[in-house]
Amino acid sequence: MLSELKARLKAESCEEYLCGLFEKIEKSSLNAFTTLAKESALKEARRFDKNPGRGLLAGVPIAIKGSISTKGIETNCSSRILRGYIPPYDAHVIERLKSEGAIIMGKTNMDEFAMGTSTETSCFGPTKNPWDQTCVPGGSSGGSAAVVAGGEAPCSLGSDTGGSVRCPASFCGIVGLKPTYGLVSRYGLVAYANSLEQIGPLTHTVEDTALLMEAISGHDERDSTSAEGARHSYLPGLEDGVAGLKIGIPKEYFGEGVNKDVEKAVWEAIATLESIGASWQEISLPHTRYALAAYYVIAMSEASSNLARFDGLRYGERMGEDKDWHTTFSEIRAKGFGPEVKRRIMLGTYALSAGYYGRYYLKALQVRTLIKEDFLRAFKDVDLLASPTMPIPAFKIGERINDPLSLYMADVFTVPINLAGVPAISVPCGFAGRLPVGLQLIGPHFCEAAVLRTAQAFEAATPFHKAKPEVS
Amino acid sequence: MDDVIIGLEIHVQLNRLHSKMFCGCSTAYHDSLPNSHTCPVCLGLPGSLPVINKKAVEYGIKVGLALNCKIEEETLFYRKNYYYPDLPKGFQISQYDYPLATKGHIMILGDNGAERNIRINRAHMEEDPGRLVHAGTIDKAKYTMVDYNRCGMPLLEVVTEPDLCSPKEARVFLDKLKSILDYLDVFDGTQEGSMRIDANISLKGGDRSEVKNITGFKGVEKALSYEITRQKNLQRRNIKVVQETRHFDELRNITVSIRSKVGAHDYRYFPECDLAVMRIAPWVPAIRAALPELPDVKRERFVKQYSLADDHAKSLTSEIKLANFYEAVAARASPKLAAVWIADVLKGELNYRDLSIESFQEEQMIEILQMLEKGKISEDGAVQIIRTLLDRIPIEIGGSPSKIAHELGLGKAEDDAVQKAVREAVAESAAAVADYKAGSERALNFVVGLVMKKTRGKADAGEVHRLVKAEVEKA
Ligand SMILES: [Zn+2]
Repeated sequence: MLSELKARLKAESCEEYLCGLFEKIEKSSLNAFTTLAKESALKEARRFDKNPGRGLLAGVPIAIKGSISTKGIETNCSSRILRGYIPPYDAHVIERLKSEGAIIMGKTNMDEFAMGTSTETSCFGPTKNPWDQTCVPGGSSGGSAAVVAGGEAPCSLGSDTGGSVRCPASFCGIVGLKPTYGLVSRYGLVAYANSLEQIGPLTHTVEDTALLMEAISGHDERDSTSAEGARHSYLPGLEDGVAGLKIGIPKEYFGEGVNKDVEKAVWEAIATLESIGASWQEISLPHTRYALAAYYVIAMSEASSNLARFDGLRYGERMGEDKDWHTTFSEIRAKGFGPEVKRRIMLGTYALSAGYYGRYYLKALQVRTLIKEDFLRAFKDVDLLASPTMPIPAFKIGERINDPLSLYMADVFTVPINLAGVPAISVPCGFAGRLPVGLQLIGPHFCEAAVLRTAQAFEAATPFHKAKPEVS
Repeated sequence: MDDVIIGLEIHVQLNRLHSKMFCGCSTAYHDSLPNSHTCPVCLGLPGSLPVINKKAVEYGIKVGLALNCKIEEETLFYRKNYYYPDLPKGFQISQYDYPLATKGHIMILGDNGAERNIRINRAHMEEDPGRLVHAGTIDKAKYTMVDYNRCGMPLLEVVTEPDLCSPKEARVFLDKLKSILDYLDVFDGTQEGSMRIDANISLKGGDRSEVKNITGFKGVEKALSYEITRQKNLQRRNIKVVQETRHFDELRNITVSIRSKVGAHDYRYFPECDLAVMRIAPWVPAIRAALPELPDVKRERFVKQYSLADDHAKSLTSEIKLANFYEAVAARASPKLAAVWIADVLKGELNYRDLSIESFQEEQMIEILQMLEKGKISEDGAVQIIRTLLDRIPIEIGGSPSKIAHELGLGKAEDDAVQKAVREAVAESAAAVADYKAGSERALNFVVGLVMKKTRGKADAGEVHRLVKAEVEKA
């Protein structure tokens, strides 16, 4: 827990603690960090040891997903095309973390440009799941989840476009929150699908997530989609419990396609919530079955435009000889992007093309509205929704990478949340064999406090967050 | 030339703004080192996000209103996707559906001598791309450099309906548009590349060609004239005009076909989700109320208030500064005399020297007009004073007209001295007087010249002519 760590860092030595982490990372076989900022981190640690300061996260080391811009630290989105790109500026969340005293340890592995559910599309090769190194850690923020679960960093930031924080949190047995769209500034987050994504914390406990949220949320005038309003503290009221809370169980999120062990763990979790004072009822989110198709059309369309800037001209790796402009940038893009990124750029380009725009993109936006309305309707009857985060536990590395459709299907319970823009958390709720299972709690827009409070009550009533993998 | 159909797309840099369209970078990049006016946003660095410059939208609405457009309730930005090295994001933030302003019109003096309306299809906002700098000439350069200082400059694109009938009308339209922009104080036309024009042109019944990226109004006239000749020649030889994009080569004064490698453009417009929809309707009343008096209205008022000829009123209202200068002078001198001297003389002398009205002072003009009215100087003398004042810039600024009149000895000769010279000259020119009496009106010029010589040019030539004629007829 970060509150304990903070006390320990003050009492002992931050530099020593950090050296211990770096030693572990350097010996690690997880392949979770892609860039270490050892020198600057140790310098910050020494400064903390001399004068701890009073920040919310004073002295706390944190790992950052490879898609979040960090001044002076390579930010490459695990893509060859961005190798060597050292941003001249910090993302809003990084500025916030630094001003709260956190220490940036380095950048973590991810699916290339956050396109994936397994961290296997990275140009650095897959990250391994600390619970079973033959399994994927989930994605796309797989590195950020693995470093926390594997004890290489006490906490991290990921980004969630269609489940990219919650999926790896679920697969790695930790806590991960996708905030309401607009709660955390996206300034400095390299865009994959800008209308869907949010930066979110990955931590061991709900309290840690609450603490990180207090640090990174709040209005930023550089992000026009950033919500107005002052920063919010999520710690007061966190322990208020779930007495009287009405939980909706979306019937579309259970049944066919859901692993039996996963389903069992989630029902037990619901029973636990009931035992501590919540009530539940079945509800319906009728447009769920259209969510995946709509999500992929929107995400790929946006991606095809967002990734157009990578032409090798201004930053990133210069590959081969320069020829004329069209040849050079085409060659750089052909070499620099991996197959999944190319697939999504091509599909997105197609969906936006003249004659198809109405049939795909506009249609997907209409579905998006229907899905959002599903949630708004549900929240008239219940306070929160509960479901499995992922229909399956972590799968084997290599098992699905050549079957993109089956990978896309795994996002079925996470993408509707991004389409609706509501907040959702994944908390550990049991095991399927040796692999962790995540419970997803979904709240109305800007009701992070209720989501966190419920997750906190659940965590207090269960032992799962204490389970640690044995990482060799 | 009623068989010619022309439509214009005019890209106007709103360069009176202090910051760029979507970031805080300064717009005063002229004379700066390349790429020194940039930031993560206008360089399109990964993760950066645009923020709308509200002032730019306000300026856009201002122009929309001045062009008699309908301002939309809500306006929305789109991404226009294409690859080019001057475009760091691989898309340009522009507008598509729901542009700022639609369906306007402005009045111009048509080729047939009558005022007529040119319809405005729309006016929308976008960001300027960077600038490509070739090492040497464009076809021989081994490499090209990019300067992103211009990237993200606020642009307003004004699109006309195909209502213009000749290159001259296109020119007149552009002059009028420039004059309106000048009145609104949103645009400084003296900066290089601040207005760029795409022209669509066709002959009745034929396909159209689009000439892209013409800078300068003379360029538009020349490019269009060339296109008309080219298309007419093709028609004459029974060759079909193909619909294509052409480039205007300013050095050779011709247009050349540019074969785009991409083929037909599909810009894949879709909404820019990083920017929210803007409700602009509530802004309109305040912006409308603050609009200045525009050229047409001012011109009508000048005709009425100062009893000016329409030509003079039009000339004086072409630029806001000139109009203001005139009104300041007219308040303290004869308005009619002021109009003649400012519109017919001063403006020409300024143009000849490539100077603006700011080079001349109201006080100077007032003093010159007063000396004229009191007969202290001749009209020729007044012209000489104006020229001298302008020629002394920048060594002397704000010189005194009366001092110059004195320095140059331009004070009008005393009347009796002139009379004396006239009498003497007539007496000395018996032959010329005889010729005149025999019917040669021109013979008097010799006598007038003699008088001018005797008075060393200080007399007013018109006045001398009258006096000589009277003297001769008396004899
Ligand atoms: Zn900038």
